[in-house]
Amino acid sequence: MKKSDRFNRGDSLTKIILIYSFLIVACICSIYPILNILTVSLRPANAIYTKSLSIIPPNATFDNFRQAFIQYDMLGWLYHSLIVSSSACIFSVIVSVTAGYAFSRFEFRGKKMGLSLILVTQMFPLAMTLLPLYLMIINLKLTNSYIALAVIYVSTSIPFNIWMMKGFYDTIPKSLEESAYVDGASVFRSFYQIILPLARPAVALTALFSFMGAWSEYIVASVIINEAGKITLPVGLVSMQGQFSTAWGIYSAGALITAVPVMILFISLSKYLVGGLTVGSVKG
Amino acid sequence: MNGTVEKLKKKKGNSSFGIGQGKMTPFFFLAPALIVLTLVVAYPLIYEIIISFKNVTLLNLKSQKYPWIGLDNYKNILADSLFYSTLIRTILWTAINVFFHVSVGLFLAIVLNRKLPGKALIRVLLILPWAVPQYIAALTWKGMYNVEYGSVNLILTKLFGSAAAIPWLSIPSWTFVACIITNIWLGIPFMMMISLGGLTSIPDELYEAADLDGATGFQKFKNITLPLLKPILTPAIILGTVWTFNMVNVVYIITSGAASDESQILITMVFKRAFQYFRYGQSAALSVIIFLILLAFSTVFIRAQKSED
Repeated sequence: MKKSDRFNRGDSLTKIILIYSFLIVACICSIYPILNILTVSLRPANAIYTKSLSIIPPNATFDNFRQAFIQYDMLGWLYHSLIVSSSACIFSVIVSVTAGYAFSRFEFRGKKMGLSLILVTQMFPLAMTLLPLYLMIINLKLTNSYIALAVIYVSTSIPFNIWMMKGFYDTIPKSLEESAYVDGASVFRSFYQIILPLARPAVALTALFSFMGAWSEYIVASVIINEAGKITLPVGLVSMQGQFSTAWGIYSAGALITAVPVMILFISLSKYLVGGLTVGSVKG
Repeated sequence: MNGTVEKLKKKKGNSSFGIGQGKMTPFFFLAPALIVLTLVVAYPLIYEIIISFKNVTLLNLKSQKYPWIGLDNYKNILADSLFYSTLIRTILWTAINVFFHVSVGLFLAIVLNRKLPGKALIRVLLILPWAVPQYIAALTWKGMYNVEYGSVNLILTKLFGSAAAIPWLSIPSWTFVACIITNIWLGIPFMMMISLGGLTSIPDELYEAADLDGATGFQKFKNITLPLLKPILTPAIILGTVWTFNMVNVVYIITSGAASDESQILITMVFKRAFQYFRYGQSAALSVIIFLILLAFSTVFIRAQKSED
């Protein structure tokens, strides 16, 4: 391959070297903290506090990963988080897939208003409605309930997801449904059998965002779930950070177990990300 | 034949609503979202505004009878000098964070938006911070800020000698800087991906035409890239600002254990008032104030953008 095929025309060698060195520095900054979790998790218990900077520590061991399951209820936390996150994910997909379709295809009173109101809800992040929700939950005697937690997570993920779905539907030509109606299909059927399969990338993104949001949320979970046997992963992991000492080795092992699956999921779906996000934000 | 005519008629009759739509159809599609949003967003917000005028503490929490105290909660907050110092810190926090998110994110996107072998791998590495759960990022950075064993100080002393170690977690102003660094790290990938999406939609012909006219790189950036990115960047910046303004995770986790309030921002103050000091009414009033600030900001920002066009 010629140089001109691989790089932009007119890029000189110095420019290319500059670009690469800048990108390498940026990549190091971006992944170093994540590698740091790995390093600490591999350290043997008697060498957690060390001044070494090597990525793979001497005497590396997987003992911390074992201890996470022995000393802490890691399995239980994983299970609880899985219940909450998958129910939040399923509900969120159902809700945003349908609402996004209504906003994209139908004309009704208050459509514009509704769309901007949904955007406005992004201005009250959970931390702000958390207090009234907490009082409501106490009054309804729903503390420690996974359903309450999942419903709250659904409400935080759907505004963004509805916008994204609407943006995606807007790119699908209306003539597809029109011909389906002529063939006698109902609105629901043409939505379910024609449009939804076409919108798969956007649905995947919706599912990903809502699952990851629920899986990675700490503040709300810490307020609503406080019974020791019911806590979810985030609450459990943060509780490892003690008042006086933190079990950094075991915490890092737990953090890796938590973060790596979502990171893999995120990376494998990231090719849809650029498309989905732009479409969602441009077509207002 | 008859059937087709009927269907065509049906379709025509509905055309005032949109394709194939009956009067109730949008309602069916919207109902799930409406129920959730009313129950978990609208109702709590109204409830919050109501209790911001009431005296709600741990003592009368279970009784559900909260005495009406008018504007007292607001007066207490506005009379407290801690509110103003925290407000200034929050604005500083937001401005610094958003500035770095947008400028670094945009710069990385521009660098990545060209033919470059290994681009896909680099992009994956650069968006990784976005994929890490925020509380894990915050806790990990907190470990890295440890004065003696944290890698931030270890690297600093390796590079600049033993005097360069910084007491990140014991001096409030350094803790604040630590929070900012962590949050910048967390927020860059989002802006980078948004900008990258926008950049790929700009047709190459525009740059080629500019090249023919002999435009410099900076001129191309100012006259082509920025104006065309604006419709994408404006909502992203508004959202980014609001999210940063209300970033609980990073500040709350990194400062937890510190006695001082001097590295708090407004939203962590809300959180602390409610769930550590159990002053629910006051906390609600503070939330309402934050909301008004953000509402004013986004209205002004959107107006300013529109009048520029």
